[in-house]
Amino acid sequence: MAASPPATAQPGATSTAAGPALVARGAGKRFGSRHALRGVSFEIARGELVALIGPNGAGKTTLLSILAGIHPPDKGSVDAAGGPAGWVPQEAAIYSKLSVAENLRLFARLEGVPDPEATVAAMLDQTGLADRAGDEVSRLSGGNRQRVNIAVGLLAAPAVLLLDEPSASLDPRQRERLWAFLDTLGEQGTTVMYSTHDVGEAERHADRLLVLADGELVYTGTPGSLTREVGASGLGFEAAFVRFLHERGH
Amino acid sequence: MRWLALKDLQILRRSPLLVGLLVVYPVLIALLIGLALSRGPDKPKVAFVNLVPEAASTISLGGETVDASSYANRLFESIEPVRVDTRAEAVDRVRSGDVLGALIVPEDITTKLSSGLESAEVEVIFNNEDPVKGRFVEQIINSRLADANVALSDKFRQIAVEDIELLLEGGELDLFGRTLNILGLRRTGQLLERALASLPAGAPERQALERVRNFASLAVTNLDLAGDILGTVAQPVRVKRTALDGAATPLNSFAVAVAVAISLMFVTMLLASGMLALEREEGAFTRLVRGLVSRTALLAEKVVLAAGCAFAVTLVMLCGIALLVDLEWSRMPLWLAALAAGALAFAALGVAVGGVAREVRAASLLAFLLSLPMAFLALVPSGAVSDGLFSVVRVVSALLPFKPTLDALDSALNAAGGGIGPPLAHLLALTLAFAALGRLALRRFG
Repeated sequence: MAASPPATAQPGATSTAAGPALVARGAGKRFGSRHALRGVSFEIARGELVALIGPNGAGKTTLLSILAGIHPPDKGSVDAAGGPAGWVPQEAAIYSKLSVAENLRLFARLEGVPDPEATVAAMLDQTGLADRAGDEVSRLSGGNRQRVNIAVGLLAAPAVLLLDEPSASLDPRQRERLWAFLDTLGEQGTTVMYSTHDVGEAERHADRLLVLADGELVYTGTPGSLTREVGASGLGFEAAFVRFLHERGH
Repeated sequence: MRWLALKDLQILRRSPLLVGLLVVYPVLIALLIGLALSRGPDKPKVAFVNLVPEAASTISLGGETVDASSYANRLFESIEPVRVDTRAEAVDRVRSGDVLGALIVPEDITTKLSSGLESAEVEVIFNNEDPVKGRFVEQIINSRLADANVALSDKFRQIAVEDIELLLEGGELDLFGRTLNILGLRRTGQLLERALASLPAGAPERQALERVRNFASLAVTNLDLAGDILGTVAQPVRVKRTALDGAATPLNSFAVAVAVAISLMFVTMLLASGMLALEREEGAFTRLVRGLVSRTALLAEKVVLAAGCAFAVTLVMLCGIALLVDLEWSRMPLWLAALAAGALAFAALGVAVGGVAREVRAASLLAFLLSLPMAFLALVPSGAVSDGLFSVVRVVSALLPFKPTLDALDSALNAAGGGIGPPLAHLLALTLAFAALGRLALRRFG
């Protein structure tokens, strides 16, 4: 992922500098008799890079999909400053029979972007896909598909970008480019929240962690404070995280 | 919605093989079914052995000569005769499968028929290796022989009536080369009346003559009815054909309606189900419904696009058929209404299928599996199954769009096809119901 700054999109331009970019107040969700999310509350500041981690089935994707507006919460509320959050699902949610540019153009039009052509050109440039603009998505590598996936999420220049396991299908080199790009977005004021199973990535590329387990928010803070909290400074972050979950019965 | 529709068309354009199959396959199926419905089976090949000597090919009945070949020709209207010389050759032909059956006319048939004292007999041989073909040949030959029997019986009756006429009215009769003058019962009665009138009242011959006159009078009265009685005896039951229910739709037009309805069903259902399932398979559904497009609008886009594409394909198909089959072009507004309503109902069913299946392959398979029995059920005629089962078939057919589409197309294509209003209203109701089902299925989509 090319780490160049957005040329025309101004992430977070409409959010208020003073208030939080993303707020959840007692958000809860049930699927049948199963509680996927139990009254989760937090605030995320503008430009903050937040990693959402937790064991499988903890409710990470459910929380992100509620924040993205895909599912409404059964109780509580969520609020994203500056309009709808940008959404990057885990699987590339783009049309494989269309070219890169056609995908971007379609979603730019659906997003109601004022100048779709200029936005598409800027996004191709920003994500380093200008030379692949005419290629059918089905012919792209996994890394390039993920670039298009993220580019679609950024088309409307959202103040908040939500990503569900964005690095899951990428090789190490592609991961590094992805994180460089997201770090840059954060530096430019876009609030970025992502879920991941790779706690090492979360340690390296997050200002703050949200730890979910069994639908409950069990920790919020920096990776360093989590390590200190479990008294595992000598261990790696992954070992500290596992001990943290174990101590809390997960 | 416009951009989504354009996107779907772009995707379709980039799948020429799929689109080609989607159009060609149902059109081929439809044409095959249409052809099968509009044409009867070909004439079966039947070996024909005529052992009657050429000199004896006529039947002499009551002084009249009848050519037996005129009766054989009636049989040949329904079969393709393969003339062979001997019974053994005929049997070989049947065994080898060259012909489906053999009809052997023995050499004494005309003699027996001429005698009027003994029934003539023909032999039918058929190969029962394929029971369907065997039964088909047997039925055709039996049916045609029955026709020939009726025709011969009619001839016998006609000759008998002529003889009775001669007996009643008198006239000339050729017998063994001699011409005899027959007095006739009616004139006999008149002569007796005159003879009685000339006799004195107490003449001894009078009583005997009066008995003969009364007998002649009674015979005249009863033989007057003989013609009708012989007609009844020759053909006790006649068939009077009256078609009830079901309009007098020409078979060709009905076949066109079936063919078009099948094409419409396949194209619309496969497109609608596939396009909706594709949104989920590509993962775009969750992205779309988070504010870009409502679920209902997405569903409506798929219904309208699939219906529109299928409408265009089947309209072209119908116009093409109309160049070959005699259809009334003036009824085109009704064709359009029937095609549009049918396409919308099939598309609504298609999105319901796509919503349930959630994957393109599964959706296509499910749409295909649903289509065939849906068409089959709608074509089951009453009387082909038990009353109870037919009631079930009717209810199931009414819950699916094929039958009302077929009814609407039948009404649109034929003036005698009944009103188009009820099937159109039926299709509209099904469209709404299946669209609601599809909307419900979208709940578990993302």
